[in-house]
Amino acid sequence: MSAGVMARTLRGFTRALGQTLVSEHSARESGLLQALDPRVKLVGLLALVVSAALARRLKVMVALFGLGMVLAVASRLSLWALAKRVWLVALGFTAMIAAPALFLTPGVALYRLPVGSLAITVQGARSALLLIARVESAVTLSTLLVLTTPWMHLLKALRTLLVPVEVIVLLAMTHRYVVLLTETANQMFESRQSRMVGRLSGHQQRRLMVNTGGVLLSKTLEMGNQVFLAMQARGFRGEVRLLSDFRLRGWDYLAICGFAVAAATAVVAGR
Amino acid sequence: MLEEFQGEPRQPEALEFEADRVSYEYERVPALRGLSLQVREGERIALLGANGSGKSTLLRLLDGLHFASAGSLRFRGTLLTEAAMEVDSFALGFRRKVGLVFQNPEIQLFNPTVFDEVAFGPLQLGWPREEILERVHATLDWIGAGQLKDRAPYRLSGGEQKRVAIASVIVLDPDVLLLDEPTSMLDPRSQSQVIELLESWNNGRKTIITATHQLEILGEIAGRAVVLEHGAVVADASPADVLANTEVLESANLIHSHRHQHEGVPHKHPSPYLRHEHPQR
Repeated sequence: MSAGVMARTLRGFTRALGQTLVSEHSARESGLLQALDPRVKLVGLLALVVSAALARRLKVMVALFGLGMVLAVASRLSLWALAKRVWLVALGFTAMIAAPALFLTPGVALYRLPVGSLAITVQGARSALLLIARVESAVTLSTLLVLTTPWMHLLKALRTLLVPVEVIVLLAMTHRYVVLLTETANQMFESRQSRMVGRLSGHQQRRLMVNTGGVLLSKTLEMGNQVFLAMQARGFRGEVRLLSDFRLRGWDYLAICGFAVAAATAVVAGR
Repeated sequence: MLEEFQGEPRQPEALEFEADRVSYEYERVPALRGLSLQVREGERIALLGANGSGKSTLLRLLDGLHFASAGSLRFRGTLLTEAAMEVDSFALGFRRKVGLVFQNPEIQLFNPTVFDEVAFGPLQLGWPREEILERVHATLDWIGAGQLKDRAPYRLSGGEQKRVAIASVIVLDPDVLLLDEPTSMLDPRSQSQVIELLESWNNGRKTIITATHQLEILGEIAGRAVVLEHGAVVADASPADVLANTEVLESANLIHSHRHQHEGVPHKHPSPYLRHEHPQR
């Protein structure tokens, strides 16, 4: 990979991260999922994700995907944006993984390629379709959770599920500083680009990339140290304390029942 | 040089900090070299010095984040050591009394929202929930950032970030406030907002130590100026006396020799100000 490719990748990564941060806005919209207690949403949507993972019937997976779409619309999320940023990306990755199964799964031939002896089997197509449907359903439901819950509320909700404090701090810091570090990396590449005259050989480009990576790592460690000092300066002693103001209301109990019924039905019907 | 340059005697108040021949090194590179300094209650001190003179390091030692490698540093008579800061009762009491605003708000603002940022300190000190809510709202209103409470701190402008960083420390109402370059990299309006904010908070009762190399704000932020050079104190006097001593300021790299021409005649004078006018001849 050349330094130019690396710089372009980083720019794309920064843009993608920027779009992810837009979720903080959608999380504050007044929609169905946004109105729910984050703990209910976390447990409910995770239950649906698990039921999608356990399901073996295509109809059940399609139903879960449909439920995800309905929830997205009720939560004022753009289906077009979901299609662009989530469904197409998930489809691309899963299709790559599922492609060999089309030909390698033994069974009745559905379509024989004109060249060679390869054939797509009915069983292979079904396996690939199941995998794609499962991934799309699970990714849609997980994305709904992220897009409709402020990041800190999500972390608090994870704490109620007894996720260790260290993991919570790590997630909080990663979310905050990954953007800053990616921007730093971008600026480093741009500053290098602005001082570069002529073309670099492959060896020089690789060396530049490794050096940049090393400097970025040093900066990361330094920044980590500084942030830790800033936390200590305000009394941080290792235990994170959160100002929890979650309160279950009437519709939260309704939602718990709804999620439980949907997940249980999907598990039973999907066997 | 210090002996030659002493300003007006100050009012005898209780000692907050007492640094006695303090040294500190970053991986064998000396940052402070035998620095001695006394800070009394209610003083407004400016730590002046060029980049690398040891200002930020001294603030971190005063805040109990780093510890002297030689010499001693006391806060209200208690030695500030790593062992002392490991004792919860002392450390939490100390954090309640002494607050540090870092130079770079990017470092200090690590919470997802402005509200969480300001609430972080009180939460760590175990304040009751209702008191935290009340104090955070009051502090945000005071800095004029009530409408920003749900915004991500890293999405704010430089001036707003600085004000939130100050609020995140001032919410604890510390007795001693340490500020590292509070107005650096700010536009003139944001600079004056930050200074007005600090003046309105202080009300003459608090001890404020500000590290800066901006001489133009000296008169507004301090009643005493301590000049650092290569990790040691080279001058300790009133701001007016320090500003009048161009030899010290030039030696500490706080001003530079300004050269220009008048009607073809070369002319040179040391000045902290780039813009100036000469009387008509």
